[in-house]
Order: sequence, then C-alpha cells, then structure tokens
Amino acid sequence: MTRYLLSRFWQSLVLLLLVSVIGFLVLNLMPGGPLSQYTRTPGMTREMLDRIAEQMGLNRPLPVQYADWAWNLVQGDWGKSYRDGRPVLTIIGDHLFATLLLMGVSTFFAIVIGAWMGIRSAVKQGSLFDHSATVIAMVGFSVPTFWLGLIAIFIFSLWLGWLPAGNMYTVGDGSARDIAVHLILPAATLALVSVATWSQYMRTATLDVISQDFVRTARTKGLTPRRVLMKHIVGNAVVPMITLAGMQLPTLLGGALVTETVFTWPGMGRLFLDSLGYQDYPVIMGLLMFSAILVLAGNLLADLAIAFIDPRIRLD
Amino acid sequence: MTDTTQFTLNRRKTLMLMGAAGLTSAVPGIGGLRGAAFAKDAPSGQVIIGFSQEPTVFNPHMPHIEVDDGIHYAIFDPLVDVDPDGIFYPLLAAEVPTVENGGISADGLNWRVKLRDDARWHDGTPFAAEDVKFTLDLLNDPDFRAWRRVGTEFVRDIEVVSPTEITWRLEQAYAPFLAILASTFIVPKHAFDGVDPNEAPFNNAPIGTGAFKLKNRVPGDHIELEANTDYFGDGPYLERAVIKYIPDMTVMYTQFKTGDIDMLALQWITPDHYEEARNLPDRVVEIVGNPFFESIQFNMERPQFKDPAVRQALYLALDKPSIIEALYYDVPPVTETFMPRESYYYNDALPAHEFSIDKANALLDEAGWARGADGVREKDGVRLAFRNSTTSGNELREQVQQFVQQTWAEIGVEMEISNLPPAVMWGDFWSMGQYDTTLVGLGVLAGPDPDCSDFFRSDASPALGGTGQNYWAYQNAEADDLLARGASLFSPEERRPLYLRLQEVIREDLPFLPIYQYAVIPGRKAGLEGPHGNINNRIDTWNLRSWRWV
Repeated sequence: MTRYLLSRFWQSLVLLLLVSVIGFLVLNLMPGGPLSQYTRTPGMTREMLDRIAEQMGLNRPLPVQYADWAWNLVQGDWGKSYRDGRPVLTIIGDHLFATLLLMGVSTFFAIVIGAWMGIRSAVKQGSLFDHSATVIAMVGFSVPTFWLGLIAIFIFSLWLGWLPAGNMYTVGDGSARDIAVHLILPAATLALVSVATWSQYMRTATLDVISQDFVRTARTKGLTPRRVLMKHIVGNAVVPMITLAGMQLPTLLGGALVTETVFTWPGMGRLFLDSLGYQDYPVIMGLLMFSAILVLAGNLLADLAIAFIDPRIRLD
Repeated sequence: MTDTTQFTLNRRKTLMLMGAAGLTSAVPGIGGLRGAAFAKDAPSGQVIIGFSQEPTVFNPHMPHIEVDDGIHYAIFDPLVDVDPDGIFYPLLAAEVPTVENGGISADGLNWRVKLRDDARWHDGTPFAAEDVKFTLDLLNDPDFRAWRRVGTEFVRDIEVVSPTEITWRLEQAYAPFLAILASTFIVPKHAFDGVDPNEAPFNNAPIGTGAFKLKNRVPGDHIELEANTDYFGDGPYLERAVIKYIPDMTVMYTQFKTGDIDMLALQWITPDHYEEARNLPDRVVEIVGNPFFESIQFNMERPQFKDPAVRQALYLALDKPSIIEALYYDVPPVTETFMPRESYYYNDALPAHEFSIDKANALLDEAGWARGADGVREKDGVRLAFRNSTTSGNELREQVQQFVQQTWAEIGVEMEISNLPPAVMWGDFWSMGQYDTTLVGLGVLAGPDPDCSDFFRSDASPALGGTGQNYWAYQNAEADDLLARGASLFSPEERRPLYLRLQEVIREDLPFLPIYQYAVIPGRKAGLEGPHGNINNRIDTWNLRSWRWV
C-alpha cells in the first residue's frame, strides 16, 4: 500500500510539473497580455506600458519567469494577483466557500435524486416512470443552463416575487437563513441539470448488475426483493459511481461558470473567467495548479474508496 | 423622461475661461451636482449600484480601468473637479487656481495653489500641502508603477509654503494641466511612510478624504462604502453605497427590473432594451452623452489606405443611418468627429456624411482602382481587400461588421471579419499596428480639455517608433502644428479655432470613419436623486457624494 501511494505521489509530481510548464507556456505565448486592457486609456502611452511591464517583470525571458514562479510555489508562495495585488491562495480561498456551498448542495441533491431515479428506472425498466425519467434526463442534458436560470428568475423572482434574483446574500444581512434563501434558485437550477447525468449513469450501472448471476442467486435464496435491491444490486452498482464522483471532485470545486454568472454567485468559475479576461497570470496559474491537484487527489481518493468497498480490488 | 442630455456650452464659453473659473466656482452647482444646494442631514439609506466590471484597484495612481474610477471618486478628492458644463470647482483646493487670482502665472508656468484647512483623512489625520507634494512626487517616482504621467511629468520645484499653500513650476506651458489635476486624486503621505508604494497596505485599504470610506470588499461580488460623516464638503447623504459586480448585461438588466439593484450603471442598458426600460414603472431611464465615439479605424501604413480616394469612397459607402437606426435603435447621435458634441470645442460645421454607393464607385473608378476578375478592385498590384477586427463576442459590433461587409462588397471591396478576444485585440495587435482596420470605441480627451496630441501627433505612433497612442499611424504636418499651438495656449477662445480647424483636417483626411458618438442608458429607481451624466468624466458615480433618496 505504501509503495502504491509513493509511486502515485511521484507520478503526480511529474504530472504537475508538466501541467505547470504547458500552462505557463500557453498563457505567455498567447498574444496580448495583462497590460493590453490599458492601451485605450487616454494618456497611456506605449512608453508607460513598457515601463510598467518592466516593473512587473513581464519582459524577462520566459524560462526565468517560470523558474521564478515555480521556485516561489515550492516555497508556498503562489504569487499575487495583477489585478488587486492580493495573494493568489487568499483569492482562491475567498471564492472556494461560495463554490463549495453551491456545488455541494446541488450535487448532494443531484446524486440523491439521480440515484433514486436511476435505480427505479432500471428496476422498472420499460415502465412509464422509466420512460419519463429518460425524457426528463434528455431535457436536462440539452437545456442550456443559462436559459433555465433566466426562466427560473423570471418565474420565481420577477413574476411570483418569492425568491431573490441572484447574489449569495443580502448586503448587510448574510445570516444562514438569508444565504439559504439565496441558494435555492441556483442550486435547484444546477441540480436539475446534473440530475440527468447521475440518473442515467445509475440506471446503466444498475442494469449491469441486475442481470448478474449473483443477483439471481440472491433471489432464489428467497431474499426479499428489497434486500436484494439494497444489498446486492445497489451495493454493487454504486462502485462505478464512486469513480464518477471522484472524477467530479474537481468539477465540484471548479465551480459552475454559467450558473454563477446568471445568479451573480461569486464562485471559482467566475474567478477563472475574470482572471482569464484580464490575463491575470498568477491567478490563472494558481487555479490551474489547484485544479490539477484536485484531479489527482480526486482520482486517488476514488481508487482508495473502491479498494475499501470492493475487496476484490487490490491496489499493489 | 429626458432625451440626450445636452449642455449648452457655447453660451457658457466665457465661463470656460480659466480666468473666470475661479468666479464660477462660487456659483451654486446646477441641480446640486456639486452638492452645494442641499442642506446637510445625517446620511441615511443605502444604494446598490450595478457595474459590469469589478473595481479592484484602489490606489488611484496605479494602472486601472474606468470602473475603478467609480471607487476613486467616492473615496478620494482631487484638488479641483469639473462639472458637466466643463466648469472647474475646488475640492481640496480652496479655490480654482487662475491667472486672475494669482494661482497661475501669465505664462502658465508657475502655479500657486491654496488648500482647504478643514479636510481630514479617513483616519483622522489632517490633510495638508505635504500630501499634495507627495502625490505629485509619487507620480514621477521612477520606481512607482504609475499609470499616468501626462502633465505631471512637467512639474518641477514643488515647494510647500504652508500646510495650506503649495507652489510648483511647470517645465513647459501645458494648458491641459488643470484638467489633469481634476483627475489626480490626492493620496496621504503618511500611508506610504517607509513602504514600497507598489506594495503598500494602502493599495488594498485606501485612506482618502472623500465622502465615502471603504468598508468591505467581497472579491468577485461587491464593495461596500460607508458615509464619511466628517466630510469637509456637502454630503454624503447616503449611509451606505454598495457597488455590485454583475458581469452579464442581461442578468444586470433583470436585477434592475426585479429591484435587486437601485442603479444600473456601467455598461448600462443595451439599446434594444431602451424602449422597454423607459416604460418600466418606478424607474427613471435616460440617455446621457458619453465622450467616446465609434469608428472604423484605418492602419494608415497599409498600402490600400495610402490613397485618400479609398478612404473617402469607403466613407461614402458606409451606410451610417441604417447602422444607427437598425442596430442601435437611434440611441446614439451620428457624428463626424472625435470631439464630443457637448464640448466647447466641438465643430458642428463639418461636412455631413452622405451615403452613396454610386459616388463611391465613381470615385474609385476615377482614382484608377479597377475591378479584377473576382470583382475586387485593385491598383498597381494592391487589392482592395483587408481584414476588420474588433473584440470577439460583441454581437452588436459583429452585426455592424456584417452589414458593412455587404455594402462595401458593392463597391468592389473585400472585407474579411477577423475578431479577437479583448486581451489579444487591444494588445500589440492594436497598439503596434498589426491590424488592417478595426471597429473601435475611443475617447481621446482626458476630461474637458481638447488636447488630443497623444492620438494625432505624427510622432505619437508606436508603430512608427513614437510613444503615444496614435495607433492609426496618422501623419499630417498641419495637425501637428495645430496640436502644438493648442496645448500651449491658455485662453479657451484662442484655442477654439485651432481645434475646430483640427477637426476639419481630420474629417478631410479620414484616418478613421466616424460613425456615432456614444450615448449610454443608465437606469435608476424613482426617488434616487443625484446621478447625472457628465461628459467630462468617464464614470457614473463621479458625484456619489450628492446622491440621495427623496
């Protein structure tokens, strides 16, 4: 086990190095740069821009810039944003809570509802419920989140006036209740879209298990249908779902760009888009490394969890 | 409901004289714009203002974009400010320096500014002349990442005479300097003691003299400002102002309709929503002037555009009326120049644009541009084909491009649309002249002063080795002369003919094809008084200190 973990660690390190080099190159080779937003400001001469670029160290050779950045990173310094001068880790931390809350709540509901729909559809394959669930899933897959969000705002905020049209909380309030009220529309919108994914995966996984010999054996042993379902079918169908959940971890923390935009939710998705728009290199690189670490950690966690649940799998 | 806010500057032209500015500063501001006309009560209520960009730079002297100004005007004060009529009034200065009151020497070189004795920084420290000196020095500090040095680079021999008086000398006469001062916010010397100004804690925790203090910032979401009850001037009337960042315009408009935001500011209501917006109950929606102008800009170094006949023909074949009517719902006014129509220096006698495909064709035929086998004209091996670029994802501009592409095809011109993301578009691609033509919105004035040397002087083109913002690589000896003389004269009446002529020269040369002057559509809840368009300022919250609920 230790050997396995060690080898995974070294693999991850090499992968992170590659991701950082490629990310850094792509970012810096893109034409433009963080100063291009100032070119149209009256009084902003080329000379001034060049001087600012020099002060920010932007005109040093790329390998030097990379080495500088990487050395600082190793020492725990993720750099500072070009936009507001704050440390990158602080900025990520600020946006992480908003994203965790939104994604956590919506994913929880999406998984619970999706799994229930998926299992029920599989068990009652071909039933009205199964067909309806499939149709709903297809609609969920194809409806643009942006549109769904705006429709939700139109109905529940503008028309009925029940819920706020966006934002994470009322300025000056920010109580748990206030946040919960603001959370309903974005979380429901997001859950509605991802319930489709989860229910379809769960349905397929359950169908795979249902036709297995051990299920038939369990039935012939005379176990109640409920016990067969819960212990033998669901217990086994859930294994691929854990892999899926592990792979979803970075998505979970990466935020939901569209939903965050429609509901003005200050999460990671918006941070990424804004940083990209301003070419805020330190923050983009920070986000890149952060999500790469999450992907690796998510996969490792999923592998460990499966080994723990399924005794047939050995990790060495 | 008012239409385009137009200020009658011509009738006030004598007031524009710097010599008279000191006198006019004693006149109460129109509608309380300068906050002088209302009695002072304890601040109450809050306003939530929607901006589509996020203010992140709180040190007003570091590189920033226009939305950051929205915070700077609330937290800081310049020595003088300028109202929508282009009239200066004192803020931290006790009076506007003029030749008459001895504030400026007759040759414009020596300045003596008297300061208020009752202004305090947000931390309680009294404001004094040392702070003004520190600010001017900071801008010229070679190690400081200053965003602008225009004008202040000429400042020499700063002397603090007393806590309420400061003098300096300008190395050369520079008429726009008062306008520059109107957007030079004074920062506290004591906040920078012993620290690198680029890294000072001040940069994220600003201390100003302004009507509002920074209370709290939630990155990516909003900024909370609270009233500075010790403000030396009139106001503030609001207890709290919240700047809410809403990047999507549809979402911002929806939140304006639901009432989640009280004021919809930068980047305003889109023209296609104007009709609906102006009929919303309990909302005030107005069109206000803006100093930017939209144009198709030529890279004058490209061989296609060296021939004036080409530029004239393209202008003739540009269907401006249809673009403004069909795509912009007649909201922005058509223009022939870069100068905003509200300016005292605006030339309203320029030849009016005429849309005529026939005349455009005739002009090109006459100039020897013959149609090739594929219908595209060419002359001496140069095809009349080029790219047009703008920010990708700007749907309205993309529609304009497609429309222009079709009409220009009728005169044998092949225009290819080649758009780029903003950071790429406005980087070297634009500033180093790697484009053929662009569709661009530009403002060439800094405040009320007509000086635009940086944009039009021959030696200001980076592509030609210059250091300014002449990104079209425009060169004209007469324009150079007019600009040089204009910047050294102090009397608006003497300067005016020069800038009128400059506009004629540029209208004739057509380094860009002017389409319309910007007009923007802010919206607010009925009962919110104070927001007022200001052609001399680029941000809605320039006078937040006088906003109030009635």
